[in-house]
Amino acid sequence: MANMTIAKAITAGLRETMKNNPKTMLMGEDIGALGGVYRVTEGLQAEFGKTRVVDTPLAESGIIGTAIGLAFRGYRPVCEIQFDGFVFPGFNQITTQLAKIHARSSGDLSAPVVIRIPYGGGIGSIEHHSESPEALFAHTAGLRIITPSNPHDAYWMIQQAVESNDPVIVFEPKRRYWLKGEVDTDNPGQDAFSAKVVREGTDATIVAYGPLVPVALAAAQAAEEDGNSVEVIDLRSISPIDFDTITTSVHKTGHLIVTHEAPTFGGVGGEIAARISERAFLSLEAPVLRVGGFHMPYPVAKVEEHYLPDIDRLLEALDRSLAY
Amino acid sequence: MGAEHLPTSEFDIEELEQSMTSSDPADAPEMVQLLASDGTLREDVQYGPYAAHLDGEALRGLYRDMFLIRRFDQEAVALQRQGQLVMWPPLLGQEAAQIGSGTALQANDYVFPTYREHGVALTRGLELSALLKLFRGVSSGGWDPREKNFHLYTLVLAAQTLHAVGYAMGLQRDGEDGVSVAYFGDGASSEGDVHESMVFAASNQSPVVFFCQNNHWAISVPTEVQSRIPLSNRASGYGFPGIRVDGNDVVAVHAVTRWALEHARSGRGPVLIEAFTYRMSAHTTADDPTKYRLSAEEDAWRDKDPLKRLERYLRSSNTAEDSFFEEVAVQGDELAAKVRAEVLAMTGPEMVQSFNNVYADPHPLVAEELAWHREYEAGFADTDEAGEGN
Repeated sequence: MANMTIAKAITAGLRETMKNNPKTMLMGEDIGALGGVYRVTEGLQAEFGKTRVVDTPLAESGIIGTAIGLAFRGYRPVCEIQFDGFVFPGFNQITTQLAKIHARSSGDLSAPVVIRIPYGGGIGSIEHHSESPEALFAHTAGLRIITPSNPHDAYWMIQQAVESNDPVIVFEPKRRYWLKGEVDTDNPGQDAFSAKVVREGTDATIVAYGPLVPVALAAAQAAEEDGNSVEVIDLRSISPIDFDTITTSVHKTGHLIVTHEAPTFGGVGGEIAARISERAFLSLEAPVLRVGGFHMPYPVAKVEEHYLPDIDRLLEALDRSLAY
Repeated sequence: MGAEHLPTSEFDIEELEQSMTSSDPADAPEMVQLLASDGTLREDVQYGPYAAHLDGEALRGLYRDMFLIRRFDQEAVALQRQGQLVMWPPLLGQEAAQIGSGTALQANDYVFPTYREHGVALTRGLELSALLKLFRGVSSGGWDPREKNFHLYTLVLAAQTLHAVGYAMGLQRDGEDGVSVAYFGDGASSEGDVHESMVFAASNQSPVVFFCQNNHWAISVPTEVQSRIPLSNRASGYGFPGIRVDGNDVVAVHAVTRWALEHARSGRGPVLIEAFTYRMSAHTTADDPTKYRLSAEEDAWRDKDPLKRLERYLRSSNTAEDSFFEEVAVQGDELAAKVRAEVLAMTGPEMVQSFNNVYADPHPLVAEELAWHREYEAGFADTDEAGEGN
């Protein structure tokens, strides 16, 4: 057991995978001497050298595209994208090449590239530094998408991402980088592509992931004080989604709320609502509700508190659901 | 230029002529040429030695390869016209650029092609009918790239140039002496990925040869729209050598590519080769060049035909006689017949394979949808049986 922040848990996880697999390498902008703008790769270049921890030229398509070529030679590149809003110059390589090469080659080739993206708002930053673009990638077959919400998962999920034979995007909740918690470095507990019930309850279910898991837990705590027992599921994996865990919970509670920072329209919450209505229609006592971002570019820092789902918005949705 | 309209052309001749002659000749780099259009050899102190090993047998081999791939290409066009292929991008006119460069490669070099490198595929020893699977709609690839170190055709322009550089970065880390070769065209040279691939290759001093076939036309748009300077000049901006070679001169292409491979293999970093050639046919079988270019231009390039040029030399130097050309023609017809038979025998894969190939590791959503698909299809099987019973 060790107590550390999410950021340092990812550092430790990366260090383990670099030690365990000589084909693992890190690529990105400013990840060497600086250790990345969030210092997630701090010390790793000094430890593993410049051929394994590579400060690349400043070009996201170049980072992803060359990582694909390295993967063809058996390497397992872990690419850091500096901020969520800067992944788009690499979007073509991710969606038309990385995601499709296994299918295109009828399984002859695979590209086990990992892409780390700090995402989400709540840090008072400027445009392109607070976005949650996970749904854009979840829509693309061939990719896997995961997002840890605590240090233990961060430590293990980055390692499990590297072990996957498919490309994996790891969305890292940047406003929780400094969240501390216990890490069991001996036992991962579960694989990266499954959900976890992080609080048990009987009256309603909240599905959250990444930065909103602590918010959902706080909302559940507040609801308990009002006499409502809320179950909270940490989704952990956005593609694939562990619908079995959600379905089991909804059979028990009959009420489901999904929350994410990303805009609700065309989002992950809509997909969960549709699937759960198919799987558990007769158990549902209310429509599945979504609490998420609005259909707008991420707003300026001074008003982001009105955009981001918070405890009150979750409680408001809970009231609406339970009132059905 | 005494241009003539082709029958269906409606464009402004003056504007077109102006655009075709707008490049300042003073800016043009010297073009490496070892075999002139009239079939005579030319001296070249730098690159001549890289062709010195080409004896009569090797030159006849280059001709045979160019002839065979042209015959293959012709058969593919015919198959498309007969409805057996969805479409086909012909290589007509680019045989020297592809055979000349491909034959310079070693087995441990790795090729990242566009979708028109049929000639390079031949030099790698690929079963040529495999190239047609993509265009028959039975595969999105068609061969295992690792067997001949010839990557799958990439349709998103220039995406493969970055894969080539990444592959070369891997070669460097593995301490291997292979070279990664990125093929692309004059149109794709405008894509950002070409820029980024050259930046990354230069930054890492990676063993990459960028092989640009400037065939003068990106579908309907002439090279002048892509670049105001000769494409080979761009290399200096990245800090590595750029060479323009006569892309219709198979001997020069071979020599220049050998030089570039040696340069990259010895750790001196990337090279850009611009093979100055011409797409004598359409972009694809769906294209109509009569709508955007002049017959006079096509006629001028027909005189520079890469096969005719080498044939002139082979005959004038008594390196090959009628019997050789007759033999090659027979081989071409045999290849065409074989390819045709193989294409006609190609059938689509089972839909199940499309599910199975999405991910390398098991995936619950794909498994669920596959199970649904099987059950749904099985329902039709019952109906069919019932129908037969009636």
